Amino acid sequence: MNLILAYLTDPAHWQGSGGIPARVLEHLIYTLVTLLVAAAIGVPLGLWVGHTGRGRWAVVNLVNGMRSVPTLGLLFVAVLVLGPRIRGDLAFVVPSILVLVVLAVPPILAGAYAGVDAVDPLARDAAKAMGMSSREVLFGVELPCALPLLFGGLRSAALQVVATATIAAAVSVGGLGRLLIDGQAVRDYGQMAAGAVLVAALALAVDLVFALVQRVAISPGLVPARRRPIDRKNPTPANPVA
Amino acid sequence: MTWFLDHLAQVGGLLVTHAYLAVVPLVVGLALAVPLGWLATRFPRLYTPLITASGLLYTIPSLALFVLMPLVLGLGILNPLNVIVALTLYTVALLVRTVADGLSSVPEQVRQAATAMGIGPVRRFVTVELPLAVPVIAAGLRVAAVSNVSIVSVAALIGIAQLGSLFTDGFARDFLDPIVVGIVACIVLALILDLAIVALARAVTPWLRGGRAG
Repeated sequence: MNLILAYLTDPAHWQGSGGIPARVLEHLIYTLVTLLVAAAIGVPLGLWVGHTGRGRWAVVNLVNGMRSVPTLGLLFVAVLVLGPRIRGDLAFVVPSILVLVVLAVPPILAGAYAGVDAVDPLARDAAKAMGMSSREVLFGVELPCALPLLFGGLRSAALQVVATATIAAAVSVGGLGRLLIDGQAVRDYGQMAAGAVLVAALALAVDLVFALVQRVAISPGLVPARRRPIDRKNPTPANPVA
Repeated sequence: MTWFLDHLAQVGGLLVTHAYLAVVPLVVGLALAVPLGWLATRFPRLYTPLITASGLLYTIPSLALFVLMPLVLGLGILNPLNVIVALTLYTVALLVRTVADGLSSVPEQVRQAATAMGIGPVRRFVTVELPLAVPVIAAGLRVAAVSNVSIVSVAALIGIAQLGSLFTDGFARDFLDPIVVGIVACIVLALILDLAIVALARAVTPWLRGGRAG
């Protein structure tokens, strides 16, 4: 415990390009870039699958299948295969972000799909009966109703990305994982533990931000959360963190 | 492929360790999650705190938890017990909610019928409620099993040998073969565990397999 405090209270560790604020910023940038790219892919695709009902089977299997792929191995393969083709510092960052995106798409896709799929058919029928076009039904009814589950998907993707970005320090990218990996290399347990505490705090902070955004963005009409009955054939528990 | 054949014994050994590190937490985690899940359904006031606490636990990235475990447990950083305890925590965090949801999916009429037949609360829980919750619990257990296999490999970064060591070794030597073999072995292990849980859940829920109810 004293080792962690000693590391965290040393002013030298809070300055410069290897300092804690710089590492936190790097970590957040990786997370944000990944989430934006993954959402740009996963949200439209998930909405489309939910709206048209096509490719459900593929979504469920993709999500379950991706869970079994070990992140660390994927990261190393991406860097070894793609790294030499990219010049400069980006040789490590681009493959890492690519792997993070690959990991973040399935939960986002599944959240968007499940959100639309869970919309009360009566609401959908009522919208159609009022003369709404297919597009209006999607954006005016299904999307707002899907937001709780859609945010759930984004949130678990964000946590997964924060966790995996930590591991990505093993392939020489920045972020808070550096403290863990570099500490390990020089057997400095204080630095490792301090890094671990910071990563955990960052993950909790990111989760908190999502919880707040969720509270603001979701229509109050959807909030009185009756606990929905569980679909016994296809219960979908929360997504795990890598 | 030749690399794999040449290192069959090594990969096999790592696979066994990997399976051990992934399965022990699964079993212990389930054993802990059942009573906790029961508490959460029996005393609704406990539901929110229990679910929130497990959610927060699940938020902590695995590498961070692996590094902090020695501090909490007072063990050396290379002790595999750190990994087992960390994964047990994750498993419990995931399963408490699943068990609670599974138990509350048991229809109230069934519970009342069991009570009316003179079945006491403990026997009712073991012989009626828990078996009926098996499909939901098994679904959560499958997720936990598959993600445990993936998370165990991360422990290679702090020097605990298992299939993940193939990743770090391969990367250090700029050599793809061991990494690919490791990935395939991890996926195969996850698949085997997944199928085993499905088979086990089927075996203990014979009523779900029967013909349609008349």
